Amino acid sequence: MSSMKAVNDCQPSFVRGLWALTRRELKKWLNDPVMLVMFILQPFIWMGLLGKSMNISGLFSADNIKLPPKISLPGYAILSPPGLQEVVLDGAVLSQILAEISSRIMEVAFGVADYFSFMAVGMVSMIVTITAMFSGMSIVWDRRLGFLDKVISTPVSRTAIILSKILNAALRAMFQATVILALAYLLGLRFSPTFTPLNLLWIYTAILLLSVGLSSIFIAFSIRSTRMERPIQFVNLITMPLMFSSNIFFPASLMPEWMQAVVRINPLTYLTDIVRHLTILPIDVTALIVDFMYLSLFAAVFATIGVVLAWKYLTR
Amino acid sequence: MIKAENLTKVFNRSLVAVDHITFNVREGEIFGFLGPNGAGKTTTINMLITVLKPTEGTASVLGFDVVRQSNEVRKAIGVVPQEFTADEDLTGYENIMLCADLYGIPREIAKKRALELLELVELTNFKDKRVETYSGGMRRRLELACGLINYPKVLFLDEPTLGLDVQTRIAVWEYIRRLRKEYDITIFMTTHYLEEADTLCDRIAIIDHGKIIVIGSPGELKDGLGGDVITIAVRENADVTSIIQEVENVKNVRKENGLYYVKVVEGEVTAPLIIEALRKKGYTVTRFSLTEPTLNEVYLEYTGRAIRDMEGSNAEIMIQRLHLRRARNG
Ligand SMILES: Nc1ncnc2c1ncn2[C@@H]1O[C@H](COP(=O)(O)OP(=O)(O)O)[C@@H](O)[C@H]1O
Ligand SMILES: [Mg+2]
Repeated sequence: MSSMKAVNDCQPSFVRGLWALTRRELKKWLNDPVMLVMFILQPFIWMGLLGKSMNISGLFSADNIKLPPKISLPGYAILSPPGLQEVVLDGAVLSQILAEISSRIMEVAFGVADYFSFMAVGMVSMIVTITAMFSGMSIVWDRRLGFLDKVISTPVSRTAIILSKILNAALRAMFQATVILALAYLLGLRFSPTFTPLNLLWIYTAILLLSVGLSSIFIAFSIRSTRMERPIQFVNLITMPLMFSSNIFFPASLMPEWMQAVVRINPLTYLTDIVRHLTILPIDVTALIVDFMYLSLFAAVFATIGVVLAWKYLTR
Repeated sequence: MIKAENLTKVFNRSLVAVDHITFNVREGEIFGFLGPNGAGKTTTINMLITVLKPTEGTASVLGFDVVRQSNEVRKAIGVVPQEFTADEDLTGYENIMLCADLYGIPREIAKKRALELLELVELTNFKDKRVETYSGGMRRRLELACGLINYPKVLFLDEPTLGLDVQTRIAVWEYIRRLRKEYDITIFMTTHYLEEADTLCDRIAIIDHGKIIVIGSPGELKDGLGGDVITIAVRENADVTSIIQEVENVKNVRKENGLYYVKVVEGEVTAPLIIEALRKKGYTVTRFSLTEPTLNEVYLEYTGRAIRDMEGSNAEIMIQRLHLRRARNG
């Protein structure tokens, strides 16, 4: 055995430490295919069941309403020329008019002709939320299992410890969002003509921003807690309200005033809006700029808070 | 190598976990903190390894202040925490390499060293198995290997054999001795097992309720109790008390029922001298025994209770550890 000439060859580097810790998380994640599938399964089920069953465009279609071929109305329904006793309308023409109206309603309210496309892209926000929360909270496990004690006794940067959690959340979310979009496409999502694969890069950027903000919140929230039960309960409690108080399932413009205010604060709204504009809607640069600015602000504020709180905790 | 002066840690403004302790660890020695659960051993280690900030007092490791030069300290030391800290989902090799990354050891060197250390702790055959499948002893050995990845000059071992069965415990002692011999390294360890402190440590500090009660080598501590007791009988009827009394190192002699109870320092050396002195005067020794005080008695003497009371089964210890963690963090 070579004698230990105490040469100190440690050159702790921020990037290497950060990457080593992130790689560990990713390895654990890939080692557990069941969890991988479970995470994707949830939005997939929502998309398949809710997206397909809520056939809102079908609601207004003539097939649904089943008009008789001839519809007679009392004469006073026609304002001009006056004096008719009875008016008979052609059902087929009326169906056409209805179809036109229904597609106008869809266009105005949802921006696209089918509800499935509208809500399926919202599933990206859902999966980002769940993934970010769970990855942020996994710091509780690291503490419980002593791994965190070990890491903080090494010269690795404390900031790298926290950033590795955030980075891990973002990378996972990007991967899972890609899978969800692909599945949605297979189930009938219709892209707008302005969609190009290059848009995905912007979508990834937006996913990164939301994951950074959300996972930071959850790191800050759970770094002092030793039990997983409480944070899990918390996630269960807030995911639903968080999703329904955004534009994932329904356009904000049709919601009551007070609800619209909530929707406007909810960061999920902005990610969903970005994804919609870059996939199923025509690109609207102004809207995109606003969305990105909001998400960047959200990410910056909460990442700072999260890192500061966690850092304070790690250097007691 | 390690200096602590009035080192103190107060939790939540009221719980004094470590209470103004002062000690000095010399180069190359194995220095042990001996004390029951909750005595403040882990808290002391955590301050020395820069994980906790002292409330009061100062400490330095290799001349680096643990607060102001914490990064220098971290680079130069190895730590084997009380709990198992390896990642269960990774293999032994991956765990060691992760440590190497955190210390920033150049990749090529790290690979060679990881294999060497796995060899040292006899885990080479298991290096590509997930830690999940390891036994307690294997995990402890892996932790040892991880703690050595940066070739530390000082190694901190917190309860290195906690919860291990007797055989595994003896094996771990063997590794620790080898480490000290092959890698010239200073070791600071804590334990609440008396035999462990006795067989491994060059010097021991007994700590209770956050205070150091006494420091010394196991031999000194035992001698401090008044030394060994030699029991002697002679065939002749005469009183030989004065003859025995004259022998070097004899502290006192008591005669009871024809037996002489002799308190001596360094029994092994003094016993032949006594026998020799008696023979010279024409007496024949018919009975002889030598009893050395154990650390147990030392402990009893200084703390007023037996440390045995504190030990529980492995299962109890695990439960205690869980509670401790919850209580601490909750
Ligand atoms: N983080 C903490 N917060 C509050 N109290 C703590 C904390 N860590 C340890 N303690 C308390 O300090 C005392 C000493 O604990 P510790 O150093 O772990 O003892 P030992 O390692 O000797 O068993 C115990 O009473 C323990 O409950
Ligand atoms: Mg302890």
